[in-house]
Amino acid sequence: MSSTTLSRLRPRRKKRSGLERAERRAGVLFITPAIAGLLTFTLVPIFMALWISFRDWTGFGPPGESAFIGLDNYRSLTTQPGVERSDFAMSLRNNFYYVLGVVPLQTTIAFFLANLLNQRWLKAKGAFRTAYYFPSITGSIAVSLIFIFLFQRNGAINWLLSRLLPVGNMNWLDNANGVLHNLYRALGGTTPPEVLADNSFMGLSYWQWFSGPSVTMLAIMILATWTTIGTMMLIFLAGLQGISGDVEEASKVDGANKYQHFFFVTLPLMKPTLFFVLTIGIIGTWQVFDQIFAISAGGPQKTTLTPAYMVYREGFRNFAMGRAAAVAFLLFIIIMVFTLIQRRIVNPEEQ
Amino acid sequence: MSTRDEAPAGTRGPQQEVHAEGPETPHVPETTLPDDANQPAWLRIGKRIAGYAVLTTFALMFILPFALAISASFKSRPEARANPLGLIPEEPTLRAYEIMGQFQVPRWAFVSIVVTVSVTLGRLFLNSLAGYALARLDFPFRRLVFAIVVATLAIPGIVLAIPRFLVLGQLGMLNTWGGLILPLAVDAFGIFLMKQFFESIPREMEEAAKMDGATTFQTFSRVVLPLAVPGLIALTILSFQGSWNEFLHPLIAAPSEPSLRTLPVGLALLRGAFGEQLDFPLLMGASVLTTIPVAIIFFTFQRYFVQGVAASGVKG
Repeated sequence: MSSTTLSRLRPRRKKRSGLERAERRAGVLFITPAIAGLLTFTLVPIFMALWISFRDWTGFGPPGESAFIGLDNYRSLTTQPGVERSDFAMSLRNNFYYVLGVVPLQTTIAFFLANLLNQRWLKAKGAFRTAYYFPSITGSIAVSLIFIFLFQRNGAINWLLSRLLPVGNMNWLDNANGVLHNLYRALGGTTPPEVLADNSFMGLSYWQWFSGPSVTMLAIMILATWTTIGTMMLIFLAGLQGISGDVEEASKVDGANKYQHFFFVTLPLMKPTLFFVLTIGIIGTWQVFDQIFAISAGGPQKTTLTPAYMVYREGFRNFAMGRAAAVAFLLFIIIMVFTLIQRRIVNPEEQ
Repeated sequence: MSTRDEAPAGTRGPQQEVHAEGPETPHVPETTLPDDANQPAWLRIGKRIAGYAVLTTFALMFILPFALAISASFKSRPEARANPLGLIPEEPTLRAYEIMGQFQVPRWAFVSIVVTVSVTLGRLFLNSLAGYALARLDFPFRRLVFAIVVATLAIPGIVLAIPRFLVLGQLGMLNTWGGLILPLAVDAFGIFLMKQFFESIPREMEEAAKMDGATTFQTFSRVVLPLAVPGLIALTILSFQGSWNEFLHPLIAAPSEPSLRTLPVGLALLRGAFGEQLDFPLLMGASVLTTIPVAIIFFTFQRYFVQGVAASGVKG
């Protein structure tokens, strides 16, 4: 609301303070149902969950009667040796590789396709755009089932691979081998290097930390990339179309060739959009849940366990709601931290 | 395709380029020139063929999985296993669709429809009222209320799983229609979207209605809402798609009531029901049926989808 509008309106409003009072009443009336809903089902529950994360609640019975155990839930996940800690470490590792693979891949392909679609000579732009965007609007569970069909032993992916590469039918959906471990073996490594095998952090040896995503996780990463490219491509396309023709003219007049134009004009102008897409990419990938639930349920050998899936497993399978809430808050912190780090890297001048 | 495209460009391009160098030529025609008009024709044609080839390959990658799923749903179980890549079923059968009744698929579809329609109506009503209040009306704690909306926007869905289970339990709403619908019926993003939209409508009409003595609600319902139809359509589509595909909330809100399973929840459990020997025609058929309503909405209102995503990107 600009100040000129305000000063124009103010004298008129003063004369009708009765009308102003009515407007305030209407404002309260309009906003109350929505805010009541947000408070009841989102904001207040968040604080209740924080309280639960300090208790030993199973999910049954009144939470107030469960034992207060202080930071025990957080301790069992981070410092105290045990299966909870190594599971949490495993979930962080798995999700880290997932983010590391999916975010750059989906951003790059989406940006590439958006630039290709933005060419003036291109016909049937709309049809291509529709084809790319369609997977983004479909349901995660339905698409996961379709990918199970594609990635099964006798499925389309193996058929295609066996014709392009000298490989047999791969076991995608029940394969706990880490991709980096596979690479190490392919390069002739037999036993893990001692330095990596003998040292550990949070209950996982360094060798386990450096496993890379498991083959099954890789299949889920391909699925995630495939479904999100469309959305990100549309956002890039909107950004590219927002760059005015004048800018392009100016750089042409200055004698810039196509590549100079891309790197010195388009890319800098697209920085805010790139920042936005990377941010929503990282935030989204740290929350991967639906696909894990439908495809692998955290397995095989916990190599697709993610913090988000662990929240569900601890809370609704192991009936440790307190610990589940603690995982959820640690995940919340991770997402916030990544958002802030990323903000600094991509947009340093705004700090 | 590329030859049809090339003919006019090849004849027009170089001539205009010559003109463009003359001092008296205005800038406008130059902007309609392709970027590569000064390149030799063979290079330009080659580049375009390569461009179309890349775009078509990607299009196939995005569309083929759906085509394979549709075709698999009309195959027998043995054929789906033996020949998962055949796009045309050799012996088409409706078996997968006929046995869906045994697996509660119609019930899940019914629950999904009720939930999606209720959530969408709820969001249309609550979000547009709240969005209008934030955009135009002056009321106590306005800034605080807006801060709450923005803060809620940043909370990841998975973080809400335990809290929502907790609060629904406290309110006695677990395993009820209310618990399934109400928490989704108001959302911060929708409020934000509608606020942005109302702010883009010029104020003059509202001022005129007020001068004529209309109440705030009359102004809102008779003057503002008709102007906000594109925004309402965008909100409808986003809500429909979002709640139709929603998985986590129905999973935790009705954990022990099979008659309140939505399609995504039912589908996910159906996948687990078979163990090793998955009934692919059935699973693909159910996935296809789940996708159809969103696909219809998408192809009918594609323009609004595109605008909605674009708006979220540009304004975010």
